[in-house]
Amino acid sequence: MSTIQALQSNSKLITEKWLLLQASEEGDFADAQTEEQKAEAAELVTSLVKSLTENSIDDPDSDAFSKVKENVGILSLSRARQGYSPRETATFILRLKEAMLEVLSSEITDAKQLYADSLKISKILDNIMINSFESFIKGREDIIMRQTDEITEISTPVIRVWDGVLALPIIGTLDSSRTQVVMESLLQQIVESESSIAILDISGVPAVDTLVAQHLIKTVSATRLMGAECIISGIRPEIAQTIVHLGIDLSGIITKATLASALRTSFDMLRYDVVKKSERKLATGA
Amino acid sequence: MTFTVQNREEIAVTIEKDAIFFRNAVKTYATKISMGLLYQTKIITAASEIVRNLLKYGGGGKAMIETVTDGRKVGIRLTFKDSGPGIPDLDKAMSDGFSTGKSLGLGLPGAKRLVDQFDIRSTVGVGTTVTLLKWK
Ligand SMILES: Nc1ncnc2c1ncn2[C@@H]1O[C@H](COP(=O)(O)OP(=O)(O)OP(=O)(O)O)[C@@H](O)[C@H]1O
Ligand SMILES: [Mg+2]
Repeated sequence: MSTIQALQSNSKLITEKWLLLQASEEGDFADAQTEEQKAEAAELVTSLVKSLTENSIDDPDSDAFSKVKENVGILSLSRARQGYSPRETATFILRLKEAMLEVLSSEITDAKQLYADSLKISKILDNIMINSFESFIKGREDIIMRQTDEITEISTPVIRVWDGVLALPIIGTLDSSRTQVVMESLLQQIVESESSIAILDISGVPAVDTLVAQHLIKTVSATRLMGAECIISGIRPEIAQTIVHLGIDLSGIITKATLASALRTSFDMLRYDVVKKSERKLATGA
Repeated sequence: MTFTVQNREEIAVTIEKDAIFFRNAVKTYATKISMGLLYQTKIITAASEIVRNLLKYGGGGKAMIETVTDGRKVGIRLTFKDSGPGIPDLDKAMSDGFSTGKSLGLGLPGAKRLVDQFDIRSTVGVGTTVTLLKWK
């Protein structure tokens, strides 16, 4: 019997062996294999053995395997999302290889043929595994990307610190997409809360280079266009010196060292007086 | 002058996230030689300028971080290499306010003011290499 025939006529046996090997891997969770997983495995084996032809068996990169690779890819992607480890995902395909080689060794009696064809089947499955691994990594990368977006969203809160005064603590790098988020939520909040002063606190920004500076300048201009004033606070000494050496001109912008002094300036602008209770009594002569 | 390299790392820069990763790596190197906060901020900011030019004009490239010593002082040396269009007039590019990208035009001259040694080499059609050195 030819190797291709041997594998195609034994696809059921391969599936069973594969599921068994996987179950032994999972130990106590042996009965955890669902009907759906079993069906999935059967389908994968069938489509794999079907794609074996006289030509494709010698060429692991053959287009004949593209459907199998796609399915394995989808499976690996969903495993990555479900939090499977790389080892578990790789073992999954390795066990399929084992099952196929086992079946082959009981069907092919000629040692030379068995060796040559086992090698071919190994190469094909190794190729599929590399594919599966790429999909797995991609699945993880997608998660990281999404989390990055989420962090960008949550790390730019707009805080109402006083009637008419908003504060925006910016933490981390102020890149282009971040600036967009900051600017949008700030402008929207200015309208909603009818605030006239916004404080942009950059204590948590690691470095101010020309791009960050430009983003700050743009945000200030946009705020002014809305009829509000924008104060930048939290400029640390080392940042101040670096800005000066870079040659960036922030003289048109109200800047303060701390959020506290920015708040004090806001009160001045709004004509509020902040006084201690005892001092107020003295002032009114009570 | 000859320097001895104590530590070296090369990072490929092709997207904006690589630039952030690179900047953090520079910070790690600077912290390791206990560089002061002011100098750290200066070299990181200068690096940020050059790496962004490399992305924006050079179409991406490589950035290398080294810890170097001349026998007495220890410092951080950064080398940026791209195979982009190159800069036709270096004197112009190095002057305050010159930009072909509608920007402030302060990146190159500003970075030079922030470090102890600044070197730029560029060949039109071949690419640009910038080296920055900041002593601890
Ligand atoms: N790696 C590079 N490859 C090609 N051209 C470059 C490169 N780096 C800089 N330039 C050219 O030099 C000019 C000046 O660069 P510089 O960093 O000083 O200013 P900018 O990037 O235009 O603005 P800024 O850095 O202030 O945002 C750039 O506009 C660009 O034309
Ligand atoms: Mg620049």
